[in-house]
Amino acid sequence: MSIKKPELRAVDSPNQPITQDAHEAADDARVGWEHFQQLMEEDKRVEPRDWMPEQYRKTLVRQVSQHAHSEIIGMQPEGNWISRAPSLKRKSVLMAKVQDEAGHGLYLYSAAETLGTSRDEMYQQLYTGKAKYSSIFNYPARTWADVGAIGWLVDGAAITNQVPLCRASYGPYGRAMVRVCKEESFHQRQGWEILYTLSHGTEEQKQMAQDAVDRTYGPALQMFGPPDGDSPNSQQSMAWNIKRFSNDDLRQRFVDMIVPQAEALGLTLPDPELKWNEERGHYDYADLDWDEFFSVVKGNGPLNHQRLAHYRAARDNGAWVREAAAAYAAKQADATRGSALLSA
Amino acid sequence: MAQTDSNASADEVPEGGVVTEDPADHSVWPLWEVFVRSSRGLSHVHAGSLHAPDAAMALRNARDLYTRRNEGTSIWVIPAAQVVASDPDSKGGYFESAKGKAYRHATYYTQSEGVPHL
Repeated sequence: MSIKKPELRAVDSPNQPITQDAHEAADDARVGWEHFQQLMEEDKRVEPRDWMPEQYRKTLVRQVSQHAHSEIIGMQPEGNWISRAPSLKRKSVLMAKVQDEAGHGLYLYSAAETLGTSRDEMYQQLYTGKAKYSSIFNYPARTWADVGAIGWLVDGAAITNQVPLCRASYGPYGRAMVRVCKEESFHQRQGWEILYTLSHGTEEQKQMAQDAVDRTYGPALQMFGPPDGDSPNSQQSMAWNIKRFSNDDLRQRFVDMIVPQAEALGLTLPDPELKWNEERGHYDYADLDWDEFFSVVKGNGPLNHQRLAHYRAARDNGAWVREAAAAYAAKQADATRGSALLSA
Repeated sequence: MAQTDSNASADEVPEGGVVTEDPADHSVWPLWEVFVRSSRGLSHVHAGSLHAPDAAMALRNARDLYTRRNEGTSIWVIPAAQVVASDPDSKGGYFESAKGKAYRHATYYTQSEGVPHL
């Protein structure tokens, strides 16, 4: 994919007066910066062809592509259960959900692409392990109940994070998030319902549901990112109206939401310190295991290696399909050109 | 979430964010813009974009990607490279002639206030 590089213009055309070009570029940047600042102050949207600070662009490419990668890798823990779903209905639901995750990945890649990084490059970054994705997907889905816990807690945390992102200052990102959020609410409800069915089944089934919640609770809370004190990029993202609430605020909001939902399930959350704080008007919860979190981020989670290996295999095994489709398109295009020549 | 250093490098920033593609290069699937008509009587509205090797595949992928929940009764796909857009650098100047022409709006005419059906 060839991309125009405006900053190379002076080099490409040595005959042009370079100083004048440099003046013009500086002028453009100043006007662009003022326009960008105004958009931020008025809480308006930035669109792809607007001038934007380099760091704003970089931050967004990183965040949106990581988000896309997370949706793609996120298909794996659940996809693994499609052939093992306990009924045809559950299987249909799960297939629809996993297909949605693929769709979410594609919406987000499209949004990231408007910032000037090609789709193939992003795929390559995931393939080579250069890019990160959400650590939660490096944990296994051990039982059918985990599929429920993923829907309820992992998708629940994702929704809590994503609803404010619908108002992110970058237009294409916000629009992708609106679409994602619309579809995501079914995911959370179906997960909750899987757990509800299990927790109202046999003792063994209820225990299975409880175990899944025990396993998923901590990592789900960590999906909001490190505590505010350890999240150096948050402030800039908030100044740029990309992020609307801090990691800890969103985490608190999520905890407050899931406590009554767990009660309705008849299950407990694995935190003995969890209790209502009248003064704060929120639930207090214990510190999370951040050493584990950072260890998983660094690649030492239970399934980091397997997730990436599976992605690579899928991409490698699908290569011939992509090549065949491209060859067919080229052939059709040639045939069209040929017949156009004949009829001319 | 995980913080790595940036994925994009400065020299990949396209002019105005538009990725230009060589239509003869089929090794990279071109970008298509997708427009969906949600129901009869309404116009097609931009839904998003996708990559596909040719028009037929673009249409199928658009169906799978943008109409999984009965969002559409009709889809258009258009090669993104074929979209002609106004220049964002004209900074509103391009649309200036519409400004200061309040007389194009009914609200400009106030004498008729209180007169029925006018």
